[in-house]
Amino acid sequence: MRNSKMDITQEEYAEAGPEKEQKTQAADRPPKAGRTSSIIHQTAVRKQRRRRFIQKAIFSVFRLSAVINALALFIIIYFMVKNGIGAISWEFLSEAPRDSMTKGGILPCIVGTILLGVGAILVAMPIGVASAIYLNEYARPGKVLRTIRLGINNLAGVPSVVFGLFGLAFFVIYLDMGVSILAGALTLGAMSLPVVIGSTEEAFKAVPDTYREASLGLGATKWQTIYRVVLPTALPGVLTGGILGLSRAAGETAPIMFTAAVFFTPDLPESIFSEIMALPYHIYVLATAGTEIEATRPLQYGTALVLITLVLGMNLIAIIWRARLRKRLKG
Amino acid sequence: MAGKRQSTEKVMRTFFFCVATASIAVLFMIMVFLFMEGLPVFNMVSVKEFLFGVYWYPTSDPPDFGIYPLIVASLAVTAVSAVIAIPLGVMTAIYLAELASKRVAEIFKPIVELLAALPSVVIGFFGMVIVAPFLQQVLGVATGLNLFNAALMLAFMSIPTICSISEDAIYSVPNALREGSLALGATQWETLWRVVVPASISGIATSVILGISRAVGETMVVLMVAGGAAMVPSSIFDPVRPMPASIAAEMAEAPFRGDHYYALFATGIVLFLFTLFFNIIADIIATRYRQVGEASL
Repeated sequence: MRNSKMDITQEEYAEAGPEKEQKTQAADRPPKAGRTSSIIHQTAVRKQRRRRFIQKAIFSVFRLSAVINALALFIIIYFMVKNGIGAISWEFLSEAPRDSMTKGGILPCIVGTILLGVGAILVAMPIGVASAIYLNEYARPGKVLRTIRLGINNLAGVPSVVFGLFGLAFFVIYLDMGVSILAGALTLGAMSLPVVIGSTEEAFKAVPDTYREASLGLGATKWQTIYRVVLPTALPGVLTGGILGLSRAAGETAPIMFTAAVFFTPDLPESIFSEIMALPYHIYVLATAGTEIEATRPLQYGTALVLITLVLGMNLIAIIWRARLRKRLKG
Repeated sequence: MAGKRQSTEKVMRTFFFCVATASIAVLFMIMVFLFMEGLPVFNMVSVKEFLFGVYWYPTSDPPDFGIYPLIVASLAVTAVSAVIAIPLGVMTAIYLAELASKRVAEIFKPIVELLAALPSVVIGFFGMVIVAPFLQQVLGVATGLNLFNAALMLAFMSIPTICSISEDAIYSVPNALREGSLALGATQWETLWRVVVPASISGIATSVILGISRAVGETMVVLMVAGGAAMVPSSIFDPVRPMPASIAAEMAEAPFRGDHYYALFATGIVLFLFTLFFNIIADIIATRYRQVGEASL
């Protein structure tokens, strides 16, 4: 829809361009035109060319800026892959760190990150989906809706380190959970709540109103309509939102620094009250506070590579899945 | 039967409303706990000394808790990153919304999304091990871990925010406006600059403020890349210590509920209020200067 519209304007413009030029050229040599009018025409042509040149120059700058963003992404990925691929081995993925983290693998970190991410999403998903249902299905425009939206937007803007402070003060100290998976997952869950609400709301918005009207017309109540019609239709989109929230939670460092992650613990966690290692925190620790920062560089790159593979992989799945869903709902 | 259905209906409605207020509840709790753990520091220093004191020596005896250098560092890093991120983000958005063909846009949009998805610690690590030595070599500065490097890394974290919100705003400008301008003989660029951008300026402004707010609060990048010196910077190649970096680096060592601990939470309050301020401004712009007509967001 959007692009077809755009194409038309662009095509129209492209057609209008040369035509206009032809006209000016034709007018350029009118048989009976005086000197003054020919000068005017020449200036007009020159002005036209100048305008076209400015446009071309500016548009290439725009294109360049898009390319710079793509380059930034590729350069970062390139260096992580180039320097990290050598560190990846079965031992690296399946063993715990040894010799004060200068050798060995990162298994506890991988397990920790997955546990924290899944825990966070278990917290954020139910609340996020229910919030999205209220916002999209029940709420009517007004002060209440505005206040809730303002709350969500501001929650989305809270710095990650402030979430860390909150998690420390509330979950770790006040609720006495200690530095634990539970405290970390709750903190990360609170942080990814706006992301989950935003993307699940998208999924509900994509369900055509005719579905709701048909269900209500058959005598179903609003809740029945939501539960039997809207939710199943939106489910794949909702899950996409979940994946995005999960990937966001898995990559965060600051919120878990004070709530869940520790420098080093050789054992895999036993319960949700254990403290754990996590990939992002491990990278930070090795790169800034390890015993041998230079010597463990390959381990740092390797850990970073594992983390971006995990996070970007989940995002890529979500993006591809979402694109396919959009096509299907349209078709 | 009908009565039961109606009461279920009411219960569900109330239930969803209650859950939807969870975000506000969390926001409120964040405020309560920040203030609870942060305010005690003002028994020791006055608010003025805390905000405008130029010495941050939390571990010396007697300690100095002046976060002025940290505030200046945060603002400086954010300003420099905004100078890089705003043009790049907005121009990319215009390119994707107005100029790129469908196929090109379908390639670039996921790229911008993936850029947003890169974990901050990876960007910080990249800035530390790749960009810092590069800057040191090319520019001959004392340390590559400085204000400029941090700002550069932060810019690429806020570009996706700026780009995606701007793009939505530009896209929702009604085509009739474009067609009108083109029909009057304006070139595509003139149409863009005089018609499309002004029509979507509230969305673009919102995106810019949200992008900046993200840069203010970003932690791992400034923690790893900014250099960590708690001084008021005199050049953009000076090492600095923005507020989030200070909190993240020192919290582990600060004695539980000691003055340093309280001071870090109070720094958290300042940081929180900064971003709250930005977000409320963004919200006001987005609702008050709402695009009109077909373009309503």
